[in-house]
Amino acid sequence: MLAYILRRLGQSVLVMAAVSLISFSLFNFVGDPVNNMVGQEATREDRVRIRQELGLDDPIFIQYFRFVSNAVKGEFGLSYRVRRPVDVLIKERLPATLELVAVSAVIALVVGICAGVYTGIRRDGWLSKTILSTSLVGVSLPTFIIGIGLIYLFAVTLRWLPSSGRAGVVELGWWKTSFLTVDGWRSIILPALTLSLFQLTMVLRLVRSEMLEVMQTDYIKFARARGLSERSINFVHALKNTLVPVITIIGINIGGLIAFSVITETVFQWPGTGLMFIQAVDFADVPIMAAYLCFVALVFVVVNLIVDLLYVTIDPRIRIAGR
Amino acid sequence: MTNRKLLVASAVALALSSGQVLAENVLRWTSQGDALTLDPHSQNEAPTIAMNGMMYESLVTRDSEMTLMPELAESWESNGNTWTFKLRQGVKFHGGEDFTAEDVVFSFDRARHEASDYKEQIKSVTNINVVDDHTIELITEEPNPILPNQLTSLFIVDSGWAEANDVVNPQNFAGGEENYATRNANGTGPFKLVSRAPDEETTMEANPDWWGKGEFPGNIDRLEYRPIANAATRVAALLSDEVDFVLDPPLQDLKRIEGADGLKTTTVPQVRTIFFGMDAGVEELRTSDVKGKNPFADVKVREAMNLAIDRKAIQRVVMEGLSFPAGMITSPGVLGNNPEQDAEIPFDPERAKELLAEAGYADGFSVRLDCPNNRYNNDEKICQAAVAMLAKVGVKVSLDAIPKSQHFPKIQNRETDFYMLGWGVPTLDSHYVFQYLLDAEGSWNAAGYNNSKVNEITTAIASEIDADKRTMMIDEAWTEVRNDMPYIPIHHQVIAWGMSEKVDAPIASDDAFRPRYAVMK
Repeated sequence: MLAYILRRLGQSVLVMAAVSLISFSLFNFVGDPVNNMVGQEATREDRVRIRQELGLDDPIFIQYFRFVSNAVKGEFGLSYRVRRPVDVLIKERLPATLELVAVSAVIALVVGICAGVYTGIRRDGWLSKTILSTSLVGVSLPTFIIGIGLIYLFAVTLRWLPSSGRAGVVELGWWKTSFLTVDGWRSIILPALTLSLFQLTMVLRLVRSEMLEVMQTDYIKFARARGLSERSINFVHALKNTLVPVITIIGINIGGLIAFSVITETVFQWPGTGLMFIQAVDFADVPIMAAYLCFVALVFVVVNLIVDLLYVTIDPRIRIAGR
Repeated sequence: MTNRKLLVASAVALALSSGQVLAENVLRWTSQGDALTLDPHSQNEAPTIAMNGMMYESLVTRDSEMTLMPELAESWESNGNTWTFKLRQGVKFHGGEDFTAEDVVFSFDRARHEASDYKEQIKSVTNINVVDDHTIELITEEPNPILPNQLTSLFIVDSGWAEANDVVNPQNFAGGEENYATRNANGTGPFKLVSRAPDEETTMEANPDWWGKGEFPGNIDRLEYRPIANAATRVAALLSDEVDFVLDPPLQDLKRIEGADGLKTTTVPQVRTIFFGMDAGVEELRTSDVKGKNPFADVKVREAMNLAIDRKAIQRVVMEGLSFPAGMITSPGVLGNNPEQDAEIPFDPERAKELLAEAGYADGFSVRLDCPNNRYNNDEKICQAAVAMLAKVGVKVSLDAIPKSQHFPKIQNRETDFYMLGWGVPTLDSHYVFQYLLDAEGSWNAAGYNNSKVNEITTAIASEIDADKRTMMIDEAWTEVRNDMPYIPIHHQVIAWGMSEKVDAPIASDDAFRPRYAVMK
């Protein structure tokens, strides 16, 4: 067991190193940040001086080595765009993203599972058909179109909810939360819904197909034969057995939610890490991009690690093979 | 039922009246990009200057009509190499410190520091003399007729405040630490900073002790700024009454805003001209099938390229009417622009073909056009239209449209044959255009333009104080440029603002929002 965990940890470190190296070599293609950092009057000498000061003329592996050795010490440098330390910026922006991801994950799970069970049981009902066909919207329309559509419906036409931003924030130490005020909840609904739609659709379809499969199995037939109530068959015996793959998928997709939040946050001006990343790309703000990509890689690696470890506890076969 | 209606009505009335009791004029506004820093000497970028200009002041400023106005200086005059500025008396910084000549000297020194992005604007100043507490002299090496024009975004900070907060010099990247001035401000201006969360929200309130109180029409008590990066969301925020003013609504949404109840738009020609540059200065083009010579070195080819562009069609189809076809690369409002020179270059593809044939390119030639896709209004679409127009006269253009961070270094490093560029003129004087785009040594002259007469005039107008003579020289240089055609002028951009009908904010051709002139009903 210990050997298995150690091996997985070693692999995670390798993945992190690879991701950071690849992302770093990509920064050569985003352009020259210096041009954004100075006005058009700046002289050529001045631009050269700044490039040297930032070490942008060094070969890519030297820049990478410098980045890694600073990152190990927890230093990510200063954002070229807003001129503040990158670690402070990420720490400031992270609560917004995590809260958004949490709410949308809850929406995806609750609505997805309920609708999945329903459509799995009432396969041919008109409501099931409606749910299934509208759920296609969630996978087929791009996030920004869904977001803009929701804004025009709920903010511009009906005026029920704010169109953008994160209002009603309360500070709890360094963590700024929008869960404690009505305004906060009003502003998180639309972006969370937008972000959740894709996952929701996936959960719904997964639960539905698992339900369909489980309902055909022998033990459900036996349960019926024993005269158990429909309710207890559906929700206790059947649903329980469909959840294993669902939880795995959601676990992996938490990372996906954080990555997808880039677009949602931009549409709703949600002040999280995704919006910060987009603005950094536009500006060629290398320190922010480097730190953010490493952070996302870290999230993926950690989530995968946890999922793998959970497998070991759930499925003894892996434990044995791992020896 | 009637009772309930009555209840609702009285509740609404109560809400309305309580709103009137608190009658504070709060202006909520938005734009795409926040100021990058509040440090007034750290970043020379238009939105940053506009935001800082609400809290900080310079010696000389411009009003919404772009007229030079006294700000911290009450008057100024030049005599040979010396400009004397009489400073306004009794002015206090937001922190309560007195404004004196010492602060001006300190601010100029700060702006001349290596890490400052403003040192180029005042490089002509060699010395600053303090005559008394409220008089200073700026000494220049040569007479500088346009020095006041160059000072409009050179903001004055308090020396004591800067020393106390360790911000004597602008931000330096090597340090890796945030500078106090990045998120704090202490100016003399009409608005005081209340809170600053970069990229989220910035609030300011009117400065009750401002020297200009009562002299300006503005009646805003509080400014709430929230940047919204996405254009459609920005417009939605205006439509849903969450903001009162949008600085940069996308041009295609203007009709929508105009059509909504209680909203209006205003437009004004911007001081920014969009044009293409052709590198005539290299032996052989990098991206052309013509080898051993450079087609752009021949003025006939450059003229043909100019005649092949249908500027009216670009205005009508690409810009939806929101542009002014141009004949020169500087806009109305800049000293040196005149209607004759700025007359649109005619669209004449037949003549263009003849000229190409005369130059020996009857079958045309190929070249790559480098174009930004996130910098100017419809930049990529303009380039696409130009590619189609040039194809009709036989010039085969391949288009490379890329983000600005990749595009501009190509121009800077002279790695492009044929490129799009836009040029604004903060000093409103042609010298700024000649210095950077037309002088052989100009840092943005990627056209390789080198005309000895233009070079001479560029140097001469920097120090010519006889206004009439100077204007004539500028005219003469522009005539040379019109004949040589180093660039292909397309159009002058248009600025559009969208706002609630409750707000009256005079639009300005430098796209800066000046709340001291904004009135709320």
